[in-house]
Amino acid sequence: MPYEPILLARVAQPDSHRLEGYRADGGYATFERALKDLKPEQVVAQVKDSGLRGRGGAGFPTGLKWTFLPKDHPGPIYLCVNADESEPCTYNNRILMEKDPHQVLEGIMLACYAFKSQKAFFYVRYEYGDAFRTLQAAVDELYAAGLLGQNILGSGFTLDVVLHRGAGAYICGEETGLIESLEGKRAWPRIKPPFPAIEGAFRKPTIVNNVETLACVTQIMKRGIDWFKSLGVPPDPKNPRDAGSYGPKLYTIAGHVNDPKCVELPMGITIRELVEQHGGGVWKGRKAKAVNPGGLSMGYVNVETKLKDSDLTEYDIPLDFNGPGRVACLGLGTAAVTVIDDHTSMVDVLHNTCQFFSHESCGQCTPCREGTGWMLKITDRMRRGQGRKEDLDILVDVADRIGIMPGTTICGLADGAGWPVKTAIRKFRAEFEAAIKSGEKSKYAKTLSVVGAH
Amino acid sequence: MLSEDLKNRIRAYIPMYPRKQAVTLPALHLVHDELRTVSNEAIVEIAEILDLHPSEVSDAMTFYEFFKGEGEKLGKTRLWVCRGLACMLRGAYELIEHCEHKIGVPCGRTTPDGKITLEFAECIGACDGAPACLRDDKHVMNVTPEKADELIAELRR
Ligand SMILES: Cc1cc2nc3c(=O)[nH]c(=O)nc-3n(C[C@H](O)[C@H](O)[C@H](O)COP(=O)(O)O)c2cc1C
Ligand code: SF4
Ligand code: FES
Repeated sequence: MPYEPILLARVAQPDSHRLEGYRADGGYATFERALKDLKPEQVVAQVKDSGLRGRGGAGFPTGLKWTFLPKDHPGPIYLCVNADESEPCTYNNRILMEKDPHQVLEGIMLACYAFKSQKAFFYVRYEYGDAFRTLQAAVDELYAAGLLGQNILGSGFTLDVVLHRGAGAYICGEETGLIESLEGKRAWPRIKPPFPAIEGAFRKPTIVNNVETLACVTQIMKRGIDWFKSLGVPPDPKNPRDAGSYGPKLYTIAGHVNDPKCVELPMGITIRELVEQHGGGVWKGRKAKAVNPGGLSMGYVNVETKLKDSDLTEYDIPLDFNGPGRVACLGLGTAAVTVIDDHTSMVDVLHNTCQFFSHESCGQCTPCREGTGWMLKITDRMRRGQGRKEDLDILVDVADRIGIMPGTTICGLADGAGWPVKTAIRKFRAEFEAAIKSGEKSKYAKTLSVVGAH
Repeated sequence: MLSEDLKNRIRAYIPMYPRKQAVTLPALHLVHDELRTVSNEAIVEIAEILDLHPSEVSDAMTFYEFFKGEGEKLGKTRLWVCRGLACMLRGAYELIEHCEHKIGVPCGRTTPDGKITLEFAECIGACDGAPACLRDDKHVMNVTPEKADELIAELRR
């Protein structure tokens, strides 16, 4: 039986963004019921017990994060909604905000009720102008209907939602970069600890959650834990630290496919199924060569590489929180799947990747600022046909040494810059070596100069 | 230099945040949208409204390459062409070259008649319509060279 979407159930309806239609479909009944019948702690418990893990990239258990807030804090406590969505090739938050903003807003209201926050800052990347205006209209509708503001529906619960626009910088998606940017400063990520739950926006306890995570909160509170856990992948019994990959997931498909689009499926579909059954297959009758399984930071898979003791290849890994890690990628990331066909040069792909991270490094940490810069210079020289034999080892060396994981930087951008480099070179080494040896220039070698910091 | 109306629109944000400094980005956006630049004088006036030192406003502003400062000015429309991976795979680099050629200025520059500022962008989150552009802050998807020509002609009018 084909999967019936829940998060995307309403997006094709006319005027799906309006309050009237959302209410007609049962919207805000869950929130009203929570106000009347549930204690905040019960909402936290339900989200925690559902096994929901954050959809913003790190996969941290959502309910658990909420319990890190100080107990009996006098307030204020803030929610920051992370709608910076700038991980390349990711666009599912955009669809939720443009087409079903009330589903996200109901999740925000439930979350704030749960951890007793009276203020949510909704940080939307500048490039999402349409989403921003749709959200603003939706928030206005809620104030007019008495569902936001003081003493909502006579319950004693007060909540304001403030929409805040970014200004075109990827690093504002990193949770403490977002907070600094919100506060009106340079978006320089903070050293952690303290984590935002202890000291976040305006030095107050703060929860940062992704848009899709909050849409999941709405559905978990509406449909219950059993529904959520009936979808996806249970924890790996051989891995005591695995929290499982439950629930529905919005996958975005991009690149060399016939039908790039956002689809909702139970967590755990393989890349092959996603591309062939939902993305219309690889375009122009070609074959896939490489795939980026979850946003550029996650690295690359080689479609031809066989898995150990199996006829399956890296193309067959499941897209759950563990799958990409099994083939030496960083993780599921944003579940944004980008397909690269067999007519494309990996030198160009890698150069494009390095260009992004070099442009977006905020420059605070020397290994990240210099490392991303050097990786771009080296890949640029490779695409100009001037690559050197030692370049590949230098690239892998740099990629291995920058990042939080080796402990040299403040935030995860540097890790994200390293993974695509080391995976591309380790998995496609022969192609890179041949390109260096032949001295062939990329067809793009002339275009696009290297320009400053974001 | 900022009109009283513009100042009032900036002030209207103050009650929404626990600290005035948080109004820095909203204020920069308001000024930048309307005046197509944020001059040094405007920075001083924003700082006055928000009880900040001008260097604090300037420090935040210059972090974002987004804002044009003293001596720079945006055209009437800002046209961004995405160069992200999904767009590159579907012809973005060719599209950037095409637009630079048609508009007659390289990325980062404004046409002499002040109508169009051309920019490149990192992934703008419209990869289902790659190659994609932003017209100010609205997505334009599946931009073929023909579609780009029509858009450019419209922006020139
Ligand atoms: C460089 C960088 C960029 C990030 N960008 C985003 C983003 O655009 N959206 C997002 O939700 N999370 C992003 N994250 C992850 C956030 O730091 C944070 O983990 C997330 O917003 C938490 O929400 P969740 O628990 O609901 O996933 C980014 C992280 C890093 C290191
Ligand atoms: S790792 Fe990079 S992006 Fe992150 S804080 Fe350091 S320099 Fe900035
Ligand atoms: S890569 Fe261009 S919109 Fe995402």
